Amino acid sequence: MVLILLFILWELASTFFEIPKWLLPAPSEIWLEALAGWPNYHHHIWATIQLTVIGFGIGSSVGVLVAIALHLMPRVREAFYPLMILSQNIPIIVLAPLLVIWFGFGMMPKIIVITLVCFFPIAVSALDGFRQTSQELIHYMKMAGASKKQIFFKLELPHALPSLFSGLKISATYSVMGAVISEWLGANKGIGVYMTLASSSFRTDRVFVAILMIMILCMLFFSIIISLEKLFIRWRPKGEGSSE
Amino acid sequence: MSQLIVKNITKSFHKKTVLDNLSFTVDDGEFVSLLGPSGSGKSTLFHLIGGMYEPDSGDFYLDGEKITGKRGSISYTPQSPSLFPWRTILKNVILVNELFGKPDEQEARAMLEKAGLAGYENAYPHQLSGGMRQRVAFVRSLLSPQSFICLDEPFSALDEFTRLEMQKWLLDIWGQNRRSILFVTHSIEEAILLSDRIIVLSSNPATVKREFKIPFPRPREEAILLTEEFLRWKKEIYQELKVLQ
Repeated sequence: MVLILLFILWELASTFFEIPKWLLPAPSEIWLEALAGWPNYHHHIWATIQLTVIGFGIGSSVGVLVAIALHLMPRVREAFYPLMILSQNIPIIVLAPLLVIWFGFGMMPKIIVITLVCFFPIAVSALDGFRQTSQELIHYMKMAGASKKQIFFKLELPHALPSLFSGLKISATYSVMGAVISEWLGANKGIGVYMTLASSSFRTDRVFVAILMIMILCMLFFSIIISLEKLFIRWRPKGEGSSE
Repeated sequence: MSQLIVKNITKSFHKKTVLDNLSFTVDDGEFVSLLGPSGSGKSTLFHLIGGMYEPDSGDFYLDGEKITGKRGSISYTPQSPSLFPWRTILKNVILVNELFGKPDEQEARAMLEKAGLAGYENAYPHQLSGGMRQRVAFVRSLLSPQSFICLDEPFSALDEFTRLEMQKWLLDIWGQNRRSILFVTHSIEEAILLSDRIIVLSSNPATVKREFKIPFPRPREEAILLTEEFLRWKKEIYQELKVLQ
């Protein structure tokens, strides 16, 4: 609702103040370009989707594996946790060109960029999930004679699933951004490429089309993760919050 | 079946003796209650039997075998039901079996039905009331491969009505599956109603103060709660506890 109102306001403002199209196109113009330009850019979208899916897959697997490894080895965790946070302080915009110098223009540097933005939210949320496992249940499992492996697979892993999914949701949206940024570096197709081309030729309407596409992709990935979450976590009480 | 011998157990934390030379026996198929003021080290005793840590001196024997410091020899139900929220009731009660091999779902279903939980096999713990969750926890104990059961104040979080209902339920289901049970409580009535024997512990440090053999015949009804004899037992035990304070 708010969104529609905003669009109407935007539309009215751009016709009323006669804002030039290259500065800020009206929503209707963007919409028309999105429809008319489809043959021009649909292959870019496919390329970005592909890159995002591969990057997200690798990034989230790395995130989960890192979280499991650090959880099972508490000493290593203490050593590596600060390093993990530091890795997030490197601005991707700076790192990306370096990666191109090291790995060339192929898939490699792009996937590294996406992995870097993806793995962190997943690793942190999964680690928190593991760590917040109810002491009472751990205690119960130990008294029952469960091995470390059984405690992990039967208790800690299922317990961490909900927080793992919150990490996945954040990462899913980040991964689209990561893919677009990595395409700026140098690629021959992808929404990032389409965006750079559009902005350098002052086709502001196309820039907005690209933004629209990115938003749609983000929402798409987000909703896929949410449906996966619903599939895996069916036990949660309705009114949110755990059962006392 | 199973007989537990607790022999000269002493345990201290930070130079404070919690358990002092504690000895008693739970015979096969016997229901024994430990009664004592809060903080008298009853939970510590359970953790020691369960092998969470070792006593400073003394040993535990289950059917003649030494189990001191060995985990997984007894079945333990803590104060809270400790059910896994993501597991259905059926999956919860077979949890301990999963740890030691392949669980028998058929047997689990039958036991749930006997426990009055038929129809809840596929429900999740948060959908059940507090009393029902305790039932599930107890069914899980009955199904565990370990035959000796330790219950740590299982009904302390329940309201009075549910509590009485649960006590009746426990008497009933225990009558059908005679296991050796070591039961911790600080309710005198609960102890008399349920047990064959009551062991009164002193606190700081815990030692066996006195033992009472409760002669009410089984199966027991809640009606005995109102008999003269019951009140006499209650008085006697109450006085014993009062001396402790």
